[in-house]
Amino acid sequence: MKRIGIDVGGTNTDAVLIDGETVVAAIKFPTTADVMQGVVNAIGHVVKAQPPGASPVDAVMIGTTHFTNAVVERARLERVAAIRIAMPAGASLPPMVDWPDDLREAVNPLSYMVHGGHEYDGQPLVPLARGEIRDAAMKIRDAGIDAIGITALFSPLTAEGELEAAEIIRSVIPNARITLSHTLGRIGLLERENVTLLNAALQGLGHTTVEAFKNALRKAGIDAPFYLTQNDGTVVLADVAAANPVYSFASGPTNSMRGAAFLTGLKEAMVVDVGGTTSDVGCLVGGFPREANNVVEIGGVRTLFRMPDLLPMALGGGTIIDPQTRKIGPRSVGYRITQEALVFGGSTLTTTDVAVAAGLVEIGDRDRVKHLDQDFVADLLKRIAVMVEDGVDRMKTSADGVKLIAVGGGAFLIPETLKGAADVLRVEHAGVANALGAAMAQVSGEVDQVFSGMSRDKAIAEADRVARERAVQAGADPNSLVTLDTEDIPIAYLPGDARRVRVRVVGDIAFMKDQQKQAS
Amino acid sequence: MIRDFDESEIDPLAVGAWILGTGGGGSPYLAQLNLKKLYKDGKRVKLMDPLALDDDDAVAVVSKMGAPLVGQERLVDPAHLARAMQLMEEFTGRKFRAVMSVEIGGGNALSPFLAGAMLDIPVIDADAMGRAYPEAQMTSFAIGDLPMYPLTLVDCRDNEAIVAKAASWKWMERISRKICTEVGSTSATCKAPRTGKEVKEWGVLHTVTKATSLGRAVLEARAAHSDPIDAVLAHEKGKVLFKGKISDVDRTTTGGFLRGAAQIDGLDADRGSAVELAFQNEWAVAFRDGQPIAMTPDLICLLDTVSGEAIGTETVRYGQRVTVVALPAPGVLTTPKGLEHVGPRAFGYDLDFKSVFAA
Repeated sequence: MKRIGIDVGGTNTDAVLIDGETVVAAIKFPTTADVMQGVVNAIGHVVKAQPPGASPVDAVMIGTTHFTNAVVERARLERVAAIRIAMPAGASLPPMVDWPDDLREAVNPLSYMVHGGHEYDGQPLVPLARGEIRDAAMKIRDAGIDAIGITALFSPLTAEGELEAAEIIRSVIPNARITLSHTLGRIGLLERENVTLLNAALQGLGHTTVEAFKNALRKAGIDAPFYLTQNDGTVVLADVAAANPVYSFASGPTNSMRGAAFLTGLKEAMVVDVGGTTSDVGCLVGGFPREANNVVEIGGVRTLFRMPDLLPMALGGGTIIDPQTRKIGPRSVGYRITQEALVFGGSTLTTTDVAVAAGLVEIGDRDRVKHLDQDFVADLLKRIAVMVEDGVDRMKTSADGVKLIAVGGGAFLIPETLKGAADVLRVEHAGVANALGAAMAQVSGEVDQVFSGMSRDKAIAEADRVARERAVQAGADPNSLVTLDTEDIPIAYLPGDARRVRVRVVGDIAFMKDQQKQAS
Repeated sequence: MIRDFDESEIDPLAVGAWILGTGGGGSPYLAQLNLKKLYKDGKRVKLMDPLALDDDDAVAVVSKMGAPLVGQERLVDPAHLARAMQLMEEFTGRKFRAVMSVEIGGGNALSPFLAGAMLDIPVIDADAMGRAYPEAQMTSFAIGDLPMYPLTLVDCRDNEAIVAKAASWKWMERISRKICTEVGSTSATCKAPRTGKEVKEWGVLHTVTKATSLGRAVLEARAAHSDPIDAVLAHEKGKVLFKGKISDVDRTTTGGFLRGAAQIDGLDADRGSAVELAFQNEWAVAFRDGQPIAMTPDLICLLDTVSGEAIGTETVRYGQRVTVVALPAPGVLTTPKGLEHVGPRAFGYDLDFKSVFAA
């Protein structure tokens, strides 16, 4: 089984070709204004590295920052209509009430709060107000909006209100692109609605991006299923992902961490991913990134996404150093490093220049940093080490020395020995760990819902069953499924032994297994 | 004394209230959003010193009641809290001079602010716990044997209930809880009205000011990149009990309580030691290597070691780096009568209360 993994970042586009677990080829290109041409070039490069007559590629996995960037930049977002089915509850907090003003303005929503929704036990709160939904649909149609997000009270437990509302809206707006909150979120109406509306605003971009990637693949001569990587380190088929762009928000750092696990074979370790502008420190638990406990904000919007728990540091390959004060960062020359860094003939002292002067790496013209004083260089390296040590210390959960895997284009900045780390691991292909993480990604299924009227064991078994079913639907091989985490929380003040159960399972892509079986 | 409660005090109040929630009380986030929105719409709240109350003033005690998880879906609407107050006025035929919180810990710290902003009635700088507790009889008013009725309860669907009389605080808890469950396990309530004299005599005074300045100290420490936990300790004359990492969390629900325990493995100076934090909605007792080291009514707070943010019994998770901190309890809770209501035995622990702060 042969896969191509691609990570399209703001600074670099990385690509790898793996055959089984062997890295056949890897390449790192600067991301260009024409992102898709960069992808074509990267694929062309890794495919050409094979001997003539090699078997075709089985699958392509792409990780992209397109969707996060759109939210952060408040650009390329569609106007959306929000329908909340929860009245008479929640009237004082309308949709997008906690969004930053500039983002709300960019999405310019048309919001309707209608009567309906359910209680935690499946009883209707009040009867669904079909007439109100129809009225809203006509106004939405007249405003020329077709990206619509629907959020109903307790829909993760009882989805029928959202489904019926979608049907009514489609009868008025046949080409409506509708996001239903129960397909995306968990309990927590505002946060689930936020994700639903972000998704609605990004759907157009989701489709154009996936189409553009498809064109790029065609141009590169690849005819294979194409997947997008997700926040949790797994993949889904691109056509499915196009409808749910919010699931691809944090794929970059997740892919790097998964790649670090793949490259070292370690399942428990810390990872530092050094990019051009920043570094992220995270922890691998069971081969997947440790997830943040808190509410995750995306572009200032509160969500309940499970995102990797990362500590960003202003330390990258392009980080600017003030030669007078010896202060490192936080500014970076970013992608202009190839013009502005000393080793490339520029006039700005960067961390890369210091690394070259110290002989840690061969980049650009070493002669251009010969004039740097040895003590000066040594002092700066020490300052960098202290920054990294501090970051590692803040993220680690045990006082013992941990294994630290250094990946990313600027991994050379991480010292061989660090206080608080038993080992600093460097590996071949560390610079393209993100693309490798994408290439090796699996498929997942998740459940997070409240079960009542059954025993704890039964509730967990039922959640596990549904999660497995969802993983298979998403394209996993049923025989390869492994339950990654199970968590259950009994709910206070609710009758019927209600408990919220969350189960996540992962498995290999079914398509790959079939190929393997045929081959063997 | 009565003063304007400034918009800039909303966030600090929420942060401080969440810490004083000692793991329970529900997150103040939705109430915080509502209050900010009310301020944006031009509404304002005045904060009134309880000592400025006349003895025969009528004071409303409002709170949101129910399961926090349901609150996350049904949200919080100031109109319902205001309606519960009006219903009480209709029932008793007396106008309220002011409104106060039953518990300063968690989301209910802001409930009187929402009602007060809607009705233009000042909020009293006091509550009836000085922290959070799960049940009606666990208040300073119950400890003072004050009347526990009537109670009004409002649901978003025009369902309104009045409990005209109850035989005891426990009966009031049982009856009102039943109604609350029936309307979906979330409701707005106005508890037994208090006189100015009762508030001055039995309220836990100046806790709004305390929560707000505690929250401000934490936020300022965070902004200055200094240790927010030190800020909590300095502000509240608290003590660090333990530093570590959550190694296990065990939860069950019995009798409507969220019960269980979080296990913490020691880090730094506490390496080799372990603490078990037992909870019933709030953190109740801390055992270090099997021995009790802190117990209710002392406030046991679990804080994120880096951010100083409070961690709730519903959100505590494996792997979190935490610091266990004890803060002194209000005096009324540590009297013999107070301990009958909220001491370790009230939660089923056969322990004599020994304060972390005893000399």
